Amino acid sequence: MEFNGKLLKKLVDTYSPSGNEERIKDVITEEIKGLVDEIKVDALGNLIARKKGNGKKIMIAGHMDQIGLMITDIDDKGFLRFTNVGGISPHISLNQRVIFENGTVGIIHVEHIEDMSKMKLDKMFIDIGATNKDEAEKKVNIGDVCVYHTEYYENENRVMTKCLDDRVGCFIMIEALKKMQDTDNDVYMVFTVQEEVGLRGAKTSAYGINPDIGIAIDVTGTGDTPKARRMAVSLDKGTAIKVKDRSIMVHPKVKKLMADVAKENNIKHQFEVLEYGGTDSGAIHLTREGVPSGVISIPTRYIHSSSEVASKEDINNSIELLIKIIEKNIEL
Amino acid sequence: MEAKEFLKKLCDGVGVSGYEETIRGPIIEEFKDLTNEIETDRLGNIIAVKHGENNKKNIKIMLAAHMDEIGLMVKDIDDDGFIRFTTVGGFDPRTLLAQEVMIHGTESIFGVIGAKPPHLTSPGEREKAIKIEDLTIDVGFTKEEIEKIVQIGDVITLNRQLIDLQGSMVSGKALDDRAGVVTMCECAKELAKLKHEADVYFVSTVQEEVGVRGATTSTYKINPDIGIAIDVGFGATPELPSEHSIEMSKGAGIAIGGNIHPTLREKLTDVAKEYNIDFQYEISPGPTGTDARAMQITRSGIPTLLLSLPLRYMHTSVETIDMKDIKTSAQMLARFIASITNENLEGLLCY
Amino acid sequence: MLLKRLTETNGISGNEKAVRNLIIEEIKDYVDDIKVDKIGNVIAYKKGSIESPRVMVAAHMDEVGLIVSKIEKSGLIRFMPVGGLDKRVLVSKPVVIGEDKIPGVIGAKPIHLQKGPERSKALSYQQLYIDIGASSEEQAKSNVKIGDYIAFDSKYVEFGKDLVKAKALDDRVGCSMLIDLLKSETNISIYGVFTVMEEVGLVGAGPAAFEIDPDIGIVLEGTTCSDVPDVDNHLTATKLGAGPAVSLMDRTTIFNKKLRNTIVNLAEENDIPYQFRRTTFGGNDSGKIHLAKEGAITATLSVPCRYIHSPISVMNKNDYKNTGKLLKLLIAEIEKGGLM
Repeated sequence: MEFNGKLLKKLVDTYSPSGNEERIKDVITEEIKGLVDEIKVDALGNLIARKKGNGKKIMIAGHMDQIGLMITDIDDKGFLRFTNVGGISPHISLNQRVIFENGTVGIIHVEHIEDMSKMKLDKMFIDIGATNKDEAEKKVNIGDVCVYHTEYYENENRVMTKCLDDRVGCFIMIEALKKMQDTDNDVYMVFTVQEEVGLRGAKTSAYGINPDIGIAIDVTGTGDTPKARRMAVSLDKGTAIKVKDRSIMVHPKVKKLMADVAKENNIKHQFEVLEYGGTDSGAIHLTREGVPSGVISIPTRYIHSSSEVASKEDINNSIELLIKIIEKNIEL
Repeated sequence: MEAKEFLKKLCDGVGVSGYEETIRGPIIEEFKDLTNEIETDRLGNIIAVKHGENNKKNIKIMLAAHMDEIGLMVKDIDDDGFIRFTTVGGFDPRTLLAQEVMIHGTESIFGVIGAKPPHLTSPGEREKAIKIEDLTIDVGFTKEEIEKIVQIGDVITLNRQLIDLQGSMVSGKALDDRAGVVTMCECAKELAKLKHEADVYFVSTVQEEVGVRGATTSTYKINPDIGIAIDVGFGATPELPSEHSIEMSKGAGIAIGGNIHPTLREKLTDVAKEYNIDFQYEISPGPTGTDARAMQITRSGIPTLLLSLPLRYMHTSVETIDMKDIKTSAQMLARFIASITNENLEGLLCY
Repeated sequence: MLLKRLTETNGISGNEKAVRNLIIEEIKDYVDDIKVDKIGNVIAYKKGSIESPRVMVAAHMDEVGLIVSKIEKSGLIRFMPVGGLDKRVLVSKPVVIGEDKIPGVIGAKPIHLQKGPERSKALSYQQLYIDIGASSEEQAKSNVKIGDYIAFDSKYVEFGKDLVKAKALDDRVGCSMLIDLLKSETNISIYGVFTVMEEVGLVGAGPAAFEIDPDIGIVLEGTTCSDVPDVDNHLTATKLGAGPAVSLMDRTTIFNKKLRNTIVNLAEENDIPYQFRRTTFGGNDSGKIHLAKEGAITATLSVPCRYIHSPISVMNKNDYKNTGKLLKLLIAEIEKGGLM
């Protein structure tokens, strides 16, 4: 399978912090509009694309939003104070470049503190190169959100970029739509909002769809870097089939379904036990009377940093697994 | 089946949160003869319904006790064949050292939990609480051998059988909340002797220990008029302040607090007093850490009660409970259910 | 005065009865339907003359407080917190217990008998108790029972320039504004919801929103305000007297941008001062409302309150008036359509 780096780059370069997903929604809509039967946007901004069928109602969810920093104060000298939108680490943020929706670029720094382990976001600020408050206010308002600003990079094996979490999920869903055969299943590809702040888009969209089965596509951590926290997941060992995280105990039958499909089709895969975090399936499986749900995870290093790293082969394996699951006549 | 026998069967059985398949069989078997309908829903909750008589409005009372137990899960296998694990639900890692376990792979295999021995640890280290990361399971196989049986994500339970202590006290694992399931079962037996108008839904819920998940979806499905959770509460021990615990052998703790419907709770205590059934109060301001929490906020809101069975050493393999408390709680529940009628329901739910 | 009566009525989370009764009495002649739902929320419906999106305006009835957990042999009373209380505010305060409002005071060991290191620590719940003047367990039990709710005894006082001190401004200010809205003439239909148990985890709002299934949710709040000495400007969240606080985001909601901008424009066009709530700390009923069923767009308008969750919360009367004004303008704006 050819790796469509051009599309992934386009997705990660589109500004889309939680609560501000309009731009990425437009980009994705443009990519998929000929590939599905229906597209709608709900009250929270979820993009719901349906490929109709008479079989099982399957909801596939990948989130469009990314973590960011929201401006809470502008001081007389034009420095900006901020708070986190989603899981932002102060240590990772120090000295990062950030970019606002209107293209304004800034750099994050911190007040003088003796003990850097005590560095917290409320001691940090953003310098956008303004010389005073008035000048700053022409470019940025309180409530505006910025995101990490780094260049997309790929080599023969790896991609390295901001917000693979979860543009890679969106990417996999788009690629699957392009490549999949016709299926009896009633497929809802849902590009969700506000996952990073609490699986919110998945909750309302799943309620509306009321699916028979839910599958989230999202990144997961790895234990394959020097002296990492112990975890069996590694890059290049294939797409990861989730067993559990903080938000879900994957339904044993869904886990088995995924593993069986992977085996039948010789798709390289591994099992994932994540001791922290959660993803959209956590919300989907508790919808209404309950929805058996699972997760296809993409092993990713340095999640929630400005340069996340994943394996192209794992990503391709994930696309393939998703396609084969969608094409399958599912019985649970 | 007699209550203790059933309890032993359940507690010696296996059913970690999310993997309750193996414990469902004996529960269904037991409820089959006591109820009119039984089904397993999409997340695996068992819903057994006992129909009421003269039920014009189709009153629904839902009882919920969770059948899942906390457990462990394989997260990695060392090159030497030692198994690394994480927890499913809240364990105190200090209680895990030197325990026997069963790992549930393609077959269930025996193992023990070990750590670096004391003579190789510094005196300072020995004073510190041991962490999950420092514990490993030894199954006596090489990595190659074990990978044929066990894979990442397999669940692990502590190897422990229910034992009799003095009097009517018993001790074992997973009494939280299989004791609640047995209480529901005893309640169904009591109800067979009484007349009741309401349809009673006995729900053995899944995944309570990882976030009251089974109660969330089963309550949505049933949409009851009244929800009653049956779980365990902290039994009194010397170090616990008495206002944070309930006494052993003195009957169920009836929860008071925002999670609990005040008028229904008064009705419950009135019924207990009328029939001379022991009970005590348990104060829980705000949402409780039980299925009652999920029930109350389902759909447009469900009036909810919570009964807590006094239990010592919660979330360990030596949980201890008095069979007497199970019996009296079941009697109280049955009498309460029988007291709810088409006539008085509306008044009882009124604020 | 309504706000005085509301704040001097007690409604600890889970025991909102007195506040609920006061509110129902107040609004019953002005709305088309009132019901108390199965967990105690008051859902009032005011039918309008024109079609509009379903609008739910919510304020929570409950306040933080205490609950009786044990009565000691001595007749002294032990308690637990209900909701997010700063335990440092408790010592040496008068309180009332239960429906009969039995007066008591929160006592602790005298300073003379505390050793050096003991004095430098905040008092824990284990070190505090309520004295109702009973000399024995029996005497105490004849007045107070386990599970009784305890409220601060604090009167509504106007002071300084336009300031008000009271307990429970969070969220009786919201209740008061919502009552006022329901009494006023509106062309669109409104669901006015007075929720229970917001302070212990947004318990009431979810079921109410599930029942109503709103398109637009507006939450009225009293919110945190830290414009006191020694706080950096960027940590103050809101300022007293600077107008209604419009929420951007909190732990439970990212507020809808279009709705937020509409509010800001209305304030600017009508010369109403406003400020953003410049923190993401905390959460409110919107967290449940915007995620009910298929979702809704929501906004929060708040009156800034200093010393929130204490017996002496303080607000500015102009902020209160302006928040009420802005709310009515927003309702009129929704009438024009175009928000969905």
